[in-house]
Amino acid sequence: MIEIKGITKFFGKKPVVEDVSVTIETGKITSFIGPNGAGKSTLLSMVSRLLDSDTGEVLLDKTDVKKLKSKDFAKRVAILRQSNFINVRLTIRELVSFGRYPYSHGRLTPEDNEKIDEALEYMNLVDIQHKFLDELSGGQKQRAFISMVIAQDTEYILLDEPLNNLDMKHSVQIMKILRKLVDDLGKTVVIVLHDINFASVYSDRIVALKNGRLVKDGPTSEIINTESLREVYDMNIPVQEQDGCKICVYFQSQ
Amino acid sequence: MQNSIKKTNTIKILCLVALAILSIAGFLFYNIQGNFSYAFPKRVYRVAAMIITAIAIAYATVMFQTVTRNRILTPSMIGVDSMYEVVQTVIYFFLGSASVFVVDRYLNFGTSIVAMVLFALLLYRFLFRADKYPIFLLLLAGMIIGTLLGSLVSFLQVMIDPVEYLSLQNKLFASFTNVKSELVGISAVILIACFIYGAFLMRDLDVMNLGRDNAINLGVNYDKLVLRVLILASILIATSTALVGPITFLGLIVSNLAYQFLVTYRHSILILGASLISIIALVGGQFLVLHVFNLNTTISVIINFVGGIYFIYLLLKQSKGVAG
Repeated sequence: MIEIKGITKFFGKKPVVEDVSVTIETGKITSFIGPNGAGKSTLLSMVSRLLDSDTGEVLLDKTDVKKLKSKDFAKRVAILRQSNFINVRLTIRELVSFGRYPYSHGRLTPEDNEKIDEALEYMNLVDIQHKFLDELSGGQKQRAFISMVIAQDTEYILLDEPLNNLDMKHSVQIMKILRKLVDDLGKTVVIVLHDINFASVYSDRIVALKNGRLVKDGPTSEIINTESLREVYDMNIPVQEQDGCKICVYFQSQ
Repeated sequence: MQNSIKKTNTIKILCLVALAILSIAGFLFYNIQGNFSYAFPKRVYRVAAMIITAIAIAYATVMFQTVTRNRILTPSMIGVDSMYEVVQTVIYFFLGSASVFVVDRYLNFGTSIVAMVLFALLLYRFLFRADKYPIFLLLLAGMIIGTLLGSLVSFLQVMIDPVEYLSLQNKLFASFTNVKSELVGISAVILIACFIYGAFLMRDLDVMNLGRDNAINLGVNYDKLVLRVLILASILIATSTALVGPITFLGLIVSNLAYQFLVTYRHSILILGASLISIIALVGGQFLVLHVFNLNTTISVIINFVGGIYFIYLLLKQSKGVAG
């Protein structure tokens, strides 16, 4: 369980995240939603220790994240940010192998290779595993990075807008894989999403932020309704049911 | 496919080793005249100084470029070389060429290294707070302070006694013709110490290729690693500068040639390759200066000339990469 307690972050004098407390439940997909600049990515960065918080703390199973060794933390929590610029030529397999770094520090054991094979299989990358990253399409590249995170084999997987720049087909593909990770392997996924319909259809819990503050936090069914969404987005969003999924039709809202 | 790349890399490294040995042997034995027992040890010291310099610069540059994630930067960005010029100029200006700081070469060497490393540490102490400032702020500050120190040096040099200036100039240009043989041993010790320490960082540096966020995700202590590399690079550059004088472009050329020549992300291989290329460039270049150009030019002039052209080529290539 990850507990975020009264966390605040200032950029200069402006608070980007202000006094946010959230508990991330294990074995579920939790989506962070909210308008641009709400502080979703900043919050995720602080949970994953990419960024230090100014006040407040993040507890991983009751231990302060700052007190954990980087190597140990890396075996339990994985984070993937949205921009991943790499200036060396790597093949997909080499990239995924880096996921085993917290365990073997670059000297791969047979067990590592097994995990790498599994991760490649999971993301459907086995056929192209020896291709270089710069030869891939956006979707393939994203899958390669997610595959690295899967090879890292952590209880928690945090993803910052993994659907960015992906078309519908690839977005659905990735969300289905995340769902599988949670349902089949018991992982906990935290994901920053822009499209509320993906949040609505695939996540168990939703955390909504606005101007750096927590606005809503609860099971998806309680948050995907016109009233709650108005609070988050200042928009009047009709919600319709389609095959048991709640779909927000926000395209023409006032 | 993976294996074939590994194999060609091994072959390439072996070729570099052969070339390096060839240039060292050529330098040591070609056209050796007069008393062998007098000439040979002199050449050995010179070649040793060149090898130490070559490796130190290649090693420092590759690490530095990985940490800054920029392949057209060199550690001299931090202004360590300028600090060397300041130290020497100040010594000559205030104490004169007859002072103990010039005559005692150990003292001169030690003072320069300590001043350069202290300067770097001071800069890091105030500006390296990765959570607050990005590393580029440090580099910009280093560059500006370097320029300031450079101006200070020219100011003192304008006012200095012309005779003193001539002997000072010898100190400020890289030269392998009058290597101080007594300094080779201690430089080698420093280099080996750096290598042993650096060996522990190689694999973390490999991960650094994925960028800060991914490196932290994979359990690399980013801030600590960057600081360690910066200090290590400063010590290496300080040593080579104090031994033979400042060489600007060598690191840039050899690191980029190594990236192009060896397709790998592994720093152990990249640094080995860059060091070998560096030895070939320096020893082979000095061989050409001695036996082809008959000392009509110096190696640092050649390196700066070739390096300058290569630098422009890299800039053009990079800007094209961004546009296309």
